[in-house]
Amino acid sequence: MTANGLASDNIIEVRGLKTQFGEAVIHENLDLDVKRGEILGVVGGSGTGKSVLMRTIIGLKRPSAGSISVFGVDYFDADAKTQLDIERRWGVLFQGGALFSSLTVAQNVMAPVQEHLRLPSALAQDIAALKISMSGLPADAGSKYPSELSGGMQKRAGLARALALDPELLFLDEPTAGLDPIGAAKFDELIVNLKKSLGLTVFMVTHDLDTLHASCDRIAVLAEKRVIACGPLEEVRRSPHPWIKEYFGGPRGRAALDAKGADVGA
Amino acid sequence: MQAASALFDIGLDNGVLKMDAKGDWRARNLGPIDGALRDFEDDSTGRDIVIDVSNLEKLDTAGAMVLQRIFRACTKRTEVSKIIGASPAHAALLEQVADHLAPCAVEPAGRNAFLMMMNRLGKGVIDAYFASLEVLSFIGFTLSSAAKVITKPQRVRLTSVFHHMEEAGLNAVPIIGLMSFLIGAVVAFMGAKILRQFGADVFVVDLVAVAVLREFGVLLAAILIAGRSGSAFTAQIGTMKIREEIDALRVLGLDPMEVLVLPRLFALVIMLPVLAFLAAMLGILGGGLVAWASMDISPVLFLTRMQETIVMSNFWVGIIKAPFFAFVIAIIGCFQGMEVEGSAESLGQRVTLSVVQSLFLVIVLDAFFAMFFLEIDF
Repeated sequence: MTANGLASDNIIEVRGLKTQFGEAVIHENLDLDVKRGEILGVVGGSGTGKSVLMRTIIGLKRPSAGSISVFGVDYFDADAKTQLDIERRWGVLFQGGALFSSLTVAQNVMAPVQEHLRLPSALAQDIAALKISMSGLPADAGSKYPSELSGGMQKRAGLARALALDPELLFLDEPTAGLDPIGAAKFDELIVNLKKSLGLTVFMVTHDLDTLHASCDRIAVLAEKRVIACGPLEEVRRSPHPWIKEYFGGPRGRAALDAKGADVGA
Repeated sequence: MQAASALFDIGLDNGVLKMDAKGDWRARNLGPIDGALRDFEDDSTGRDIVIDVSNLEKLDTAGAMVLQRIFRACTKRTEVSKIIGASPAHAALLEQVADHLAPCAVEPAGRNAFLMMMNRLGKGVIDAYFASLEVLSFIGFTLSSAAKVITKPQRVRLTSVFHHMEEAGLNAVPIIGLMSFLIGAVVAFMGAKILRQFGADVFVVDLVAVAVLREFGVLLAAILIAGRSGSAFTAQIGTMKIREEIDALRVLGLDPMEVLVLPRLFALVIMLPVLAFLAAMLGILGGGLVAWASMDISPVLFLTRMQETIVMSNFWVGIIKAPFFAFVIAIIGCFQGMEVEGSAESLGQRVTLSVVQSLFLVIVLDAFFAMFFLEIDF
């Protein structure tokens, strides 16, 4: 593994993780570090358990073996109060947005603010408006219900809710899937800006090669039930593993690389 | 964690307002000072302000937003007003939020309460009108699909029909059997107490047999099926609607009517008479046992009395109603499932509606049948 910095630099540490559904083993002996202040992109073929890994780290699925520490604490061993403290420090964007369908977008964003911080409602509304606007939604989206929004807008609303408490750590499950290319590029830019200004650490599951180029500091590749490569894009690209070769060497991978080259040249 | 708080001082510097923000300006600490800041903002709108943030320890987007909001409200001359002393990280935050200060509405715009009430009343009436039209058209659509399928029997989805017969029929046998056994027993107890006063003990047989055969057996079966299977139909079809599975069926050239609605309809129409029969038999068993235990009417006497006085039409009245009830329950269950839109909330509403409407219609229909059979003297 590439982890050789100070232990306190790692905001997430996964060691010897094993997860399984019944007999089917998803991960075995999986190690992964996420360093403070970086954007880590997790890639892998369909069914390699990228989303399962994310769900295990955020405590929704209990691992069969191994340890996961987030902010230096093992979530599954922690008492309820510590778990709550941890939950307040991370934000999660689920694949479909997972907005509460009986609340408007603004109420969705206000929900964690009011539950955890007990702020006056005028201030909570201002915060909601700020996050909604920062996520790239128009102001009139605030009073709409999730079912009235398009898929891309739901995703942005989900991001607004994930950012509601100014988390230190942000989990994104395929954030740009289903967005148009312009929207996806803006989303990438937004994540990078947030990382810079808020010092966010981002754990991002993605298929989007452009996102990998545009925003990720390091990339972890999932295959064969573990992380087969982890490091900066240039380093991972040179890996001899056949899946990685095909991933970056395929037509889409090359197109994304070319686009990046053109950017640098211009 | 140490309790930190957000602080600020207001002063005047050469006639220009000066605000000194100190401490931990993160969202969690802003609650206590929000009111005071808003008052200050209202009083100072349009005067110029210099905000000094050099003493800020911590800042997040919420704090940056509040600072920017005050700064915006109080700026008149852009060359005088400024935010000074920001560390690079804080400056980046302040810049980040600057473009995102527009307020947004939290709820759809509200209106006058009385108008809203009238609006809801009118909408309710119009919705009820269109909903009944839609149910009628759904019934017509179902019947025409059924006619089409029956003329080509190979298009009946037998596996699906049998699956629903098991799910909605066979699996409901224990609960329906138990309920009607108990109801039969209760009717007998009630009758026993009153009839004994007149020395007419043996009429309890007539009471139990007529009540259970004509009404209770079939009604009980229908009510349980409406609650058990009608709701399940709505939930199943509604979930498929939400997940766009219904649309997928359509574009694959499969008729949702044929694939989803008709098998459920056929299954219920076949199974409800069977369940009604079972309910009637167990109701009589319950009544008979109570008569035997508390009134010394032996099973032989009970059955003989039944054979002598109860005409067969009582039994047929009960059974004839069953397929009609089944039709109503299946149609309402499937119709409400098809009406589900988008959200989990809508699914919940539709399931409730489905049960309430099918129970209501079953009982209304039963009342009509009662009048009808009375008129034709059956």
